[in-house]
Amino acid sequence: MKPYKKAMFTGAALLLSLVLVLSGCSGNNANKNANGGATTKPTEAATEGTATDEPAKLPRVAFVYIGPPGDGGWTFEHDKGRLYMEEKLGIKADTVENVPESADAERIITELAQNHDVIFTTSFGYMDYTLNVAKKFPDVKFLHTAGYKTNDNMGTFFGKNYDASYLSGIAAGKVTKKNVIGYVGAFPIPEVIYNINAFALGVQSVNPDAKVSVVWTNTWYDPTTERQAAVSLLDKGADVLLAYQDSPATLQAAAERGAMAGGNDSDMTRFAPEAYLTNPIWNWGPYYTKTVQDIIDGTWKSEQYSGSLADGMVDIAPIGPSVPEDVKTLVTDTKAKLINGELNVFTGPITDASGAVKVEEGKTLTLDDILVMDWFVKGVEGTIPK
Amino acid sequence: MSEQKPVLNKAGTISIEATQQASRPKRRSYRIEIDSTKNGSSWWIPFVSVLLALIVCGIFIAANGMNPFPVYKKMFTGAFGTSYGLTETLVKTIPLLLCGLGVAIAYRISVWNIGAEGQFAAGAMAATAVTIYFPTMPGLLIIPTMIVFSIVAGGIWGLLTAIPRTYFQVNELVTSLMLNYVALLAMDYFVFGPWKDPKGMNFPGTPMFTEAQSLPVLGDTRLHLGLLFGIIAIVLYGFFIKYTRWGYELRLIGANPEAAKNAGIRISRHILLVMLISGGLAGLAGMAEVSGVTHRLMYGISPGYGYTAIIVAWLAKLHPIGLVVSAFLFGGLIVGGYSVQTIGLPSSISEMLQGAILFFLIAGGTLSKFRLRRIR
Repeated sequence: MKPYKKAMFTGAALLLSLVLVLSGCSGNNANKNANGGATTKPTEAATEGTATDEPAKLPRVAFVYIGPPGDGGWTFEHDKGRLYMEEKLGIKADTVENVPESADAERIITELAQNHDVIFTTSFGYMDYTLNVAKKFPDVKFLHTAGYKTNDNMGTFFGKNYDASYLSGIAAGKVTKKNVIGYVGAFPIPEVIYNINAFALGVQSVNPDAKVSVVWTNTWYDPTTERQAAVSLLDKGADVLLAYQDSPATLQAAAERGAMAGGNDSDMTRFAPEAYLTNPIWNWGPYYTKTVQDIIDGTWKSEQYSGSLADGMVDIAPIGPSVPEDVKTLVTDTKAKLINGELNVFTGPITDASGAVKVEEGKTLTLDDILVMDWFVKGVEGTIPK
Repeated sequence: MSEQKPVLNKAGTISIEATQQASRPKRRSYRIEIDSTKNGSSWWIPFVSVLLALIVCGIFIAANGMNPFPVYKKMFTGAFGTSYGLTETLVKTIPLLLCGLGVAIAYRISVWNIGAEGQFAAGAMAATAVTIYFPTMPGLLIIPTMIVFSIVAGGIWGLLTAIPRTYFQVNELVTSLMLNYVALLAMDYFVFGPWKDPKGMNFPGTPMFTEAQSLPVLGDTRLHLGLLFGIIAIVLYGFFIKYTRWGYELRLIGANPEAAKNAGIRISRHILLVMLISGGLAGLAGMAEVSGVTHRLMYGISPGYGYTAIIVAWLAKLHPIGLVVSAFLFGGLIVGGYSVQTIGLPSSISEMLQGAILFFLIAGGTLSKFRLRRIR
């Protein structure tokens, strides 16, 4: 026993000294960190110095993202908008990605508010957290996407993307052969519901027999779940799919099965050119630029900004290469009518799935009505959890 | 040119002798000893594991073109460097501590409860149910009611694992894991369905709790009374394990179940009680989270506290003080993980660190049983 014990002690002593040496190293490293921090500080001060030389001090801008900029859709477009704004205004913005719509969001927004002047929170679920933080930091400006709550220092921004959904519906209604169209929806909230309705109305405007089947994923960004939802719709016999999701997973699933599909938010041609239909897209850059410029100029006021096809915040992606030419023409013509007001997506008569009249003939829903929509138009198959 | 022969020597250790003929004429022999009596619980393993994890992840950070030291510094200051960061780290510590303590008690007697996530959800649901079905219950009564309901619900969820394990020898690893999904899906059902906020625009979540249904917070931070629950639970755990007959029996079962059985300890009764407590603690964590932080039951309420708690418990070697330290460390990892993003790194760096720490812990636990000795 004795020599064995001795060996153990020696081993323990050796390891202890190793730990001490290693922790000593990390102690040195900590010093290096401190130095590193100290060396970065002057440069920061220098940039601030150059900033103060200019007539107006540039605001420090931050973006909170729900997914990664590499999602190929929603966050990708916001990041593109950020880069556009950075280039136009010469600002370097900070970003935080993969922020869940939970209590973590409030902490991250709070942290950003401590050393930023303008914060864009780019998902619906950040609404209450953004508002909470906005109340604590009255000098910071908050811009929240797609919500309905505001404050003196918190505005919202979104666009009438249902117009673009209507146009996508026209394309889908034209290319479907089986008259079964699938729609992968994120959450059963008004934003998604009115886009599905606009899409279905677009489909019906060119193909009254086609039905739109809806499946919910309850996630904005989860390529695996999105894909499973798409496959379930394909199994039901759908030959055209659209997805109100952040990733191109639906398009990819459809391409593998020889179906046509579109995604949302961004031009997704590159993921499956042959199978690509089209979809609504966002163009946030000009809005970000104008908002930050207004804040620099001191002319910014809290508002609920709603972009449109006319100002370009909302648009439709280039129609896929395998879609017939006459469909492209029809979509382009209809887009012009939507822009000049000749056509309105939610003009009656519109009945809901049960057949009850929701919009009477000659009447048009107001934006306020649209933003709280909780019913499906006739021809949409699916349930909205109540 | 080596020969190996396992030998069971007098000290009760198994050793494998390997005789190597080196290229040089001189003959060297080494012996690897596996000490089966050691349970691999040397106190230094957690420290070395954390250190090695930092080094390995540092290499990955460097491969990303960043200097790891400022990154770690950013993480550290983000989590512990400011009073705000510190309170947020403590906010994260609360569920990790309670869930970690829950699983640690079960691991004491080798009951592998990996169902803290589900027990957490069960507790969160039970606490929310109180707010939904007794909305007007007066302030002084409602918080205690929520606490009791959540502990009972978490405990029942734990028993669902313990009963099959005790009476039918069903592997608790499988049942506790599967019950997580049952609980999370049940929670989805409630927040998407019957408990959904009527004014919530159909977004999955219950109505916000009222002031009376929320745990008091410290000043204008988010640090809530749940921290006290955690501390009390830890103190009780330390006391019971060390000074009571029950604690002694638990330690005996953990050290040697055969001997414990021969000594007349009814192990099955202990398993039931321990899982009841284990689940109850995770359930309490769920209550603290909904009542203290989110103020509503909502989709995706737990970012995996129940699973992180397993690492917390192992890093602590199931020791009460260790649990406090490791829960605090992991709280900091979560908070600091988001801070590094502002300097251009993905937040997954903190998940990588968590994984690497567990890896080195387990590897260290096993490898510490080995001794390499030179035979003269």
